[in-house]
Amino acid sequence: MSAVTSENLRPIGTPSEQLVAAARWRWFEFLFWGIAILCGLSMFAPMLGFNVPIIPSKMMLMSEILILGLLALSIDLCLGYAGLVTLGQGAFFGIGAYTAGLLAKHGAGVAPLSDPILGLLAAGLVAGFVGFATSFLVLRGSDLTRLMVTLGVALIVEELVNKLKDITGGSDGLQGVMSSPILGIWEFDLFGKTAFWYTLIVVFVCFWFCRRLVNSSYGYSLRAIKGNALRARAIGVPVNARLIQVYTLAAAIAGIAGGLLAQTTQFASPDMVAFHRSADSLLMVIFGGAGYLYGGLIGSVVFRIMQDFLSNITPQYWLFWVGVVLVLLVLFVRNGIIGLLSAAVSRSKGAGK
Amino acid sequence: MADLLKVEGLRAGYGEALVLNGISLRLEAGRAMALLGRNGTGKTTLINTIVGATRWRGGSILFDGNEMTRLRSDQRAHRGIGWVPQERNIFKSLTVDENLTAIMRPGPWNLKRLYEMFPRLAERRRNMGNQLSGGEQQMLAVARALALNPRLLLLDEPLEGLAPIIVDELLAALRKIIREEQMAAIVVEQSAKKILPLTDSVVILERGAVVYDGESEALAQDADTMSRLLGVAERGGH
Repeated sequence: MSAVTSENLRPIGTPSEQLVAAARWRWFEFLFWGIAILCGLSMFAPMLGFNVPIIPSKMMLMSEILILGLLALSIDLCLGYAGLVTLGQGAFFGIGAYTAGLLAKHGAGVAPLSDPILGLLAAGLVAGFVGFATSFLVLRGSDLTRLMVTLGVALIVEELVNKLKDITGGSDGLQGVMSSPILGIWEFDLFGKTAFWYTLIVVFVCFWFCRRLVNSSYGYSLRAIKGNALRARAIGVPVNARLIQVYTLAAAIAGIAGGLLAQTTQFASPDMVAFHRSADSLLMVIFGGAGYLYGGLIGSVVFRIMQDFLSNITPQYWLFWVGVVLVLLVLFVRNGIIGLLSAAVSRSKGAGK
Repeated sequence: MADLLKVEGLRAGYGEALVLNGISLRLEAGRAMALLGRNGTGKTTLINTIVGATRWRGGSILFDGNEMTRLRSDQRAHRGIGWVPQERNIFKSLTVDENLTAIMRPGPWNLKRLYEMFPRLAERRRNMGNQLSGGEQQMLAVARALALNPRLLLLDEPLEGLAPIIVDELLAALRKIIREEQMAAIVVEQSAKKILPLTDSVVILERGAVVYDGESEALAQDADTMSRLLGVAERGGH
């Protein structure tokens, strides 16, 4: 055992220096966002005379994947960091969708009301407020109670959307959602080109914020809660306050995701608050791997592409195959796809030595 | 000097079971107390009750003059009670650095000083909690309690199950913390021989009640009382 040298003490100095080091961007993160940008750039390929199959015609699908990824990210914040299971994130997604949708619909022509960015902020605020109001329910009880309580909140919201026909349009959905051009310049087009870049930027900003958060002492305290809430509290982590904050934040992010979907598809429907939203997005996190932030994003890509691909082959039974993949993943792989990849990387590194 | 901690008529336990039956003790700021007693006499329960991890049934815990029994355990921690639990309870999915920064509060005990106190931890800063040896986990548990910058440190059998060389290292660190840094502390220990030289006062529990409360030095001289109240505990030691 050696004495403490200035060498191994220097980089830590202050907690903030140490946090910056922990939050350094890694190569696979550049790869991930690079691929996302490339997917977007491929829309220009036909103009340059290249023929890239598939992608340019799938702009809407890619936006949707990003949006679902953002929803899954909000679940990961709860589940993967604070250990808070939730089966009701669809409620906040739907609340965000209807908030942004109603603003755009009734504010048409009145510039500040139908402004998409303000619409997203409103979606996040309203969903965050409902999240805060219901967060107190989540504080009580075990995982199972939480699953049931969050599910209950989602079902209430779903039924409200169906019943309040005058406001929400009921089961017909909210027609005529027309946002003004983004920053007054870029109009949403029929092929979803503007929508894709808009979505990518919003998702990245939300992701970047969460990334900063989880790589701070705040994020560590969340993981301490996930490890053992009772002990974390006695050691000095204000568990209740943290859970309320993270649940509220996750609700706001889910609301922003919902707002994005309403704006980019120019439509809001009860399908956006339906139970399967909550369940699907939880599946995406489990597919991708909880507790990495990228798990939800990668999970949404795999899940949505699988859904697209399988439902083309077998429109009736695609869900069966999703189930098979899920069972196999849970049985044989720890921490989903990311767990699979990181195991492969460390194995190849080990072999190289 | 005013009491930092004043426990009076404290009764507490788990569920329906009552373990502590009217405990009273006091500790001045900057002083250290050894908490001794045979197995199952309520030492750990007393520590757990002070941090708020048991069911409180009556009596009072005054910390710096403020009643603590109604406070949540995180609020007690923020008032200045640092706890080193018997099971150590390191956060396994966090690195050493992260374990410390997760709960760090401003004060003299920053990362640099903690790593100077525990050089072994400095070497393993980037290791996850579950990659540490028992001794390293114990050091991390102590360092983590200090990172809270507490005014009172509660150590529950910090030397239990550690290799002799680690015991010496940890004792040296505790001596620095208690003697040089004047950190008030209550140390639960099986071995009176090891802990009496470190502390000012000593309390011995039996069946959930205080049966001895005096100066550490006096008890160390008093072989009769020691063998009567602690019996086998001293024979083997660690």
